[in-house]
Amino acid sequence: MTILVSMIQQAIHFGAVFLYGSTGETIVEKSGHLNLGMPGIMCLGGVGGCLGAYWAFQGGWSTFWVVLLAVIMAMAFGGLGGLLYGLFTITLRCNQNVTGLTLTTFGAGVLGFWGTQMGDKGITFAPASRMFWTPVDSTANWFSQIFLSHGPLVYLAIAIAIVVAVYMNHTRKGLALRAVGENPAAADAAGINVIAHKYVSCVLGAAIAGIGGAFYLLDCTQGSLEYVIDAMGWLAVALVIFSLWRPGIGIFGAFIFGFLYRLPYNITGVALAEKELLKVIPYAVTALVLIIISFFNKRETQPPAALGLPYFREDR
Amino acid sequence: MTKQKHAKEPLMHLTRRLNFSPKYAWAIRIGAFVLSILVCAIVTTILSPKANVGFFFRYLFTGTFGTTRLIWALFRDLAILLLLALAVTPCFKMRYWNIGGEGQALMGCLGAAVIVSQLYGKMATPLVLIIALVVAIGFGAVWAVIPALFKAKWNTNETLLTLMFNYIAGCLGAFFVKKADPNTTGSLSFLDSIGNAGNIGSNQFILIIIIATVITTLMAVYLKYSKHGYEITVVGESPNTARYVGIHNKKVIIRTLVLCGVLCGIVGFMMVCFKDHSFKAESATDTTVGGLGFTAVLISWLAHFNPLAMVLTSFLVVFITRGAKNVGDYARLGANYPSMMVGIFFFFIIATEFFINFKISFRQKGELPKEPDDLIKSSEETADKTRAQSADAAAATPASATEA
Repeated sequence: MTILVSMIQQAIHFGAVFLYGSTGETIVEKSGHLNLGMPGIMCLGGVGGCLGAYWAFQGGWSTFWVVLLAVIMAMAFGGLGGLLYGLFTITLRCNQNVTGLTLTTFGAGVLGFWGTQMGDKGITFAPASRMFWTPVDSTANWFSQIFLSHGPLVYLAIAIAIVVAVYMNHTRKGLALRAVGENPAAADAAGINVIAHKYVSCVLGAAIAGIGGAFYLLDCTQGSLEYVIDAMGWLAVALVIFSLWRPGIGIFGAFIFGFLYRLPYNITGVALAEKELLKVIPYAVTALVLIIISFFNKRETQPPAALGLPYFREDR
Repeated sequence: MTKQKHAKEPLMHLTRRLNFSPKYAWAIRIGAFVLSILVCAIVTTILSPKANVGFFFRYLFTGTFGTTRLIWALFRDLAILLLLALAVTPCFKMRYWNIGGEGQALMGCLGAAVIVSQLYGKMATPLVLIIALVVAIGFGAVWAVIPALFKAKWNTNETLLTLMFNYIAGCLGAFFVKKADPNTTGSLSFLDSIGNAGNIGSNQFILIIIIATVITTLMAVYLKYSKHGYEITVVGESPNTARYVGIHNKKVIIRTLVLCGVLCGIVGFMMVCFKDHSFKAESATDTTVGGLGFTAVLISWLAHFNPLAMVLTSFLVVFITRGAKNVGDYARLGANYPSMMVGIFFFFIIATEFFINFKISFRQKGELPKEPDDLIKSSEETADKTRAQSADAAAATPASATEA
């Protein structure tokens, strides 16, 4: 029982990373842009978040301001990555896959490089990260262990996902955004500013994903920069498909992914090799979902129709 | 008449270049390459107190052309990358976005590693290597063809599916490594068993380079002169046209992906048996292939899917990767510095595609009449004139008609 409670608690905890990434990526994909640079953007967000948290912490600010500055910095760094991606794929109309992969290389490089530099200078983020996570009180009842033992950014992830889901499905702007992703030429003819929608969603999506990177480094790894985020980023891209491009479903999908991600670490009595095999589950399930949705071919579950295609008004 | 407010003509205007000269395109690319290297140099001097621009260029070149061995290694890396790029090129020509070259090559590596680790010592080494090659090709082909089958049958999104397959391959690799040697950190070494495989005399580089040369030539011929190559192009340009002229789309997709998988399998085999003499799969993302499969996508795309141009693009990429690694080592910038430089380099080169494909025209002054009233007045005048002329003509015609 205690193990199960702890596993669910961890599922929600780690799921939040995927949730940030997938909510951000969903916004971007809904505008017709497949951003394979998400892992890189999350790395950039991680750099920004750690810097913000460190500065605020060194300045002796209170917990609220430390968290806020970290979030703002993470959004700024991630958003800059998104802006770069947008500049290349929207204005310069470059191939989205190629630009995204480059951004991933670049972002992971920046995080790794910066991490080594910080390590050389002896700067650690563990003290600042204390503002982000709380140790789980194992004497508390199961409800508060599972739902109330998280840092603030877990709840922020869920809140953002809900807001984005409402925005996407119940507002006029959200409808316009979906139209841009399905058929930009028709949206353009209907008077929707396609380019503006694409830019806003690329930058906003990247900014949200950026918080995910910061959250992972400051909360999940408790300030250690040893870990790479790019695996998390790819899982976030997978989660978008798993959740059928719906941030609402994404919340539960994220917790399932979090559960599966932590499964190899929680299971005892299984050899190391089989644990490696368990790590395949999120990817395999996502591949299966992709195949199943293409098999049923229902319009509601398909990727945005113009996903991956550059939009140039003068093309026929 | 009331003055209407006119929408201003936009400052810039884009048009697609339909017939660009290759000379112009290459001039832009080379310019961007030089610019990107300069930016890398400047960024490096900002990041490191040790490095200045001269330092950067010195170690950039000594890291790539410093010794004969380094030059050989440069061309060996070029050959591997080029082969991976060649493998995915037919898919891209067909507009099949196979970004799974990474996983397909990794499956090739895995196949070779399985055979070498299990069969070495039980039979003659050449036989082991041949079986390893066959199994590597089989693994690679299977990994490439599964997404292709789903694409052909149900039009499953191949970009996302091949992406997932990369990580599934990585996990399988990590599983095998831990299974074969539970005490390892994630790498199996075959140096003791097949450490000399792939050497011609004492040269451990030349065999890979020769294979790459042969395959590049064959691929160039295949894409340009064979019926298969033509079918690939037609399917890529327009699947409907292909259907109308009697090309079996699904067959072409599957056949091309088998070819891609076979090539990736060969590359995987060479990585394990000829180059590294080891197999690494620490996690889904940290493997022997190490992202080269993704880089190959960029290389193929930058060369406009032209196998011969790919030699140049992969040379540039290998040059900057190896050079930046050397600079990073000497300036103590850490293991991740090269990937940052490669990222900057790629951004520049990708941006060139815009200038090659599009033409920017700026707003020109004095072309259009500024006042709308003038425009209307002048158009009214011309309308009057033409009316008068046509009236004259009408008056003249009956006369001429009667004369006739």
